[in-house]
Amino acid sequence: MATDLNQQVAGIKEEYKYGFRDSDANYAFKSGKGLSKAVVEQISEMKNEPAWMREFRLKGLDTFLKKPTPAWGGDLSELNYDDIRYFMKATDRQGRSWDDVPAEIKNTFDKLGIPEAERKFLAGVGAQYESEVVYHSLREDLAQKGVIFVDTDTAVREHPDLVREYIGSIIPIADNKFAALNSAVWSGGSFVYIPAGVKVDIPLQAYFRINAENMGQFERTLIIVEEGAQVHYVEGCTAPMYSSESLHSAVVEIVVKKGGRCRYTTIQNWANNIYNLVTKRAVAHEDALMEWVDGNLGSKLTMKYPAVYMVGKGARGEILSIAFAGAGQHQDAGGKVVHAAPYTSSRIISKSISKNGGRASYRGLLKVADGAKGSKSNVVCDALILDPISRSDTYPYIEIDEDDVKIGHEASVSKIGEEQLFYLMSRGLSEAEASTLIVSGFIEPLVKELPMEYAVEMNKLIQLQMEGSVG
Amino acid sequence: MSMSKVLRIENLRVAVEGKEILRGVDLTIKQGEVHALMGPNGSGKSTLSYALMGHPNYEVTGGSVTIDGEDLLAMEPDERAKAGVFLAFQYPTAIPGVTVANFLRHAVTNVRNPDRKEGQDLIPMRDFRKEMRQEMDDLGMDQEFARRYLNEGFSGGEKKRAEILQLAMLRPAFAILDETDSGLDIDAVRIVSEGVNRVAGKHSTGILVITHYERILTYIKPQFVHILFGGQIVEEGGPELVQQLEREGYDWIRAKYPDAARREEELEAADPRAQGVGA
Repeated sequence: MATDLNQQVAGIKEEYKYGFRDSDANYAFKSGKGLSKAVVEQISEMKNEPAWMREFRLKGLDTFLKKPTPAWGGDLSELNYDDIRYFMKATDRQGRSWDDVPAEIKNTFDKLGIPEAERKFLAGVGAQYESEVVYHSLREDLAQKGVIFVDTDTAVREHPDLVREYIGSIIPIADNKFAALNSAVWSGGSFVYIPAGVKVDIPLQAYFRINAENMGQFERTLIIVEEGAQVHYVEGCTAPMYSSESLHSAVVEIVVKKGGRCRYTTIQNWANNIYNLVTKRAVAHEDALMEWVDGNLGSKLTMKYPAVYMVGKGARGEILSIAFAGAGQHQDAGGKVVHAAPYTSSRIISKSISKNGGRASYRGLLKVADGAKGSKSNVVCDALILDPISRSDTYPYIEIDEDDVKIGHEASVSKIGEEQLFYLMSRGLSEAEASTLIVSGFIEPLVKELPMEYAVEMNKLIQLQMEGSVG
Repeated sequence: MSMSKVLRIENLRVAVEGKEILRGVDLTIKQGEVHALMGPNGSGKSTLSYALMGHPNYEVTGGSVTIDGEDLLAMEPDERAKAGVFLAFQYPTAIPGVTVANFLRHAVTNVRNPDRKEGQDLIPMRDFRKEMRQEMDDLGMDQEFARRYLNEGFSGGEKKRAEILQLAMLRPAFAILDETDSGLDIDAVRIVSEGVNRVAGKHSTGILVITHYERILTYIKPQFVHILFGGQIVEEGGPELVQQLEREGYDWIRAKYPDAARREEELEAADPRAQGVGA
């Protein structure tokens, strides 16, 4: 089907620019800039949260303040925590049906090009406008089977026991500075619960967008896949462009129980001033499968390493990562796999592209614990550097405490080939068109894993990046 | 093609890495004509084909090439393609992740609509598919081929067939076939040659067959034969030249042009493309 897809993608010509913003968005509430106990308490109060969640937040704040900013990865020295607004609410209430969604926000969706016809195919559209999800729906038959797909704020109100049991259980508050920050000020994000044995046959989708200057977005996503259940969660992200620094710091926690399967697909295209510091981790139990498909475009700095902890016998983890670093951008991305049980297997495939002075780093951890016998892992990272001023680095960390394992690691760095360019140009393609085709071919093995509309979007974004019309 | 175009090469001199390979080549091809350019390894045959297509490593140090009076040498490779020149590569480059169909749709769109701006419509999928299917059938290619990544993991024969498929789809005024027969068994040579003849017959393509051996010329019959030796065309004639080469090899050329023979030995040592070709 890859050919069909490519051909359709190739046929797309419409304008695709996410640099717009709604000038007249009616923000119901804005917190002041900077972070303090008062701000955190105010957020909790605004949301009418139970005491345990308030405590969770305050503990997060406390930990955040104590922890130093990481000195590894990318350059965070210009990140000013006092210059960020930590909470904003676009409307007072959540839309119950599509008709309730404010016209202004619908307008934004139109610009993002979520077609009407497509909506009915989606299990639910949870769209996060600013910090809170404003529209949400779930196909009825799925709801009847006990599937829960709501924004996490709603989940705290309606499913407090589930949230309380799992939140912070995969990524503890103290895991890292940004996980702690998220714990303190989180807002929005998706809560997904798939009961045992339920297989959700269509992707659950959420769409996020940052739309205010100096606005931090700290969504918190929690996905619980019970035994033998299956889900594919898809999240897309686009953002308008602004000149001042901004921070996005999400936490995504996933549990996949015995024999369950979860695939989490995301494409992020942040504005070029955004620090995108995200912690994503999944625990895979016996014979469970967890797959991360992760596309990173835009941002000033992205630090993101989706992780799979394989804690049950026969668990599998797969991480596919694409990063595109353009001018002034540093993509520090990769993946972590931890084999903590016997006969577990994992695969990391990372593809990065750097252009116009951009820097793409692969940073990965492969850990096999003592006793995880018969485990297998394969890591492949390929980097494509488009010009002499761009950069690519590889930081593979490998810790193996078990002898009976099979490990493969391959890394390649290539420059866009003169012979490839010449060959394509000799067939009538301009240099730019030829480069774009070579780049889209380079990431094709990952793009074909994406749902159709995301693959189309990914290719459009790559095309734009190649033309240099984004940032 | 109602108007017949002319490709005119005059006193062309080409250097690679500062070393002069072509030392004044003259060759004129009209649409509908079939020319053969023969010569031993290292004579500069491939250099001519790359220089005509505009490879950046091949520096033109003198002379001119025009297509209907237009200066071909001033054009980028993509503009040359749009002007009607096609090179069937001896060693086509693999483009991983890009399917034959996707690539070819871009190529066909550009070549047929030379004024197209980047990002404008590609030719309609339905028409393109239909046409490509037909051409693939004619070349005895499996339809699955269109879904494969361009030249990646192709056998020698598949690569050459893919080149001819491109030729058929792009319908150039002039096609240069650079050692298209190398590495092919006799059946493959026949199929590929029949493809070339069919395309040339349909679109009145001017053909320049570059070859070391006479084998392909039993299928693609040249009206004009040129022998390139030591960077210059030293002998020209009709099909009888091919027979002479078949009988006598290149030794009589070497004996007749000792200066060129010395240069040719140097070139063969210097040109990596010549190494192992025809083996």
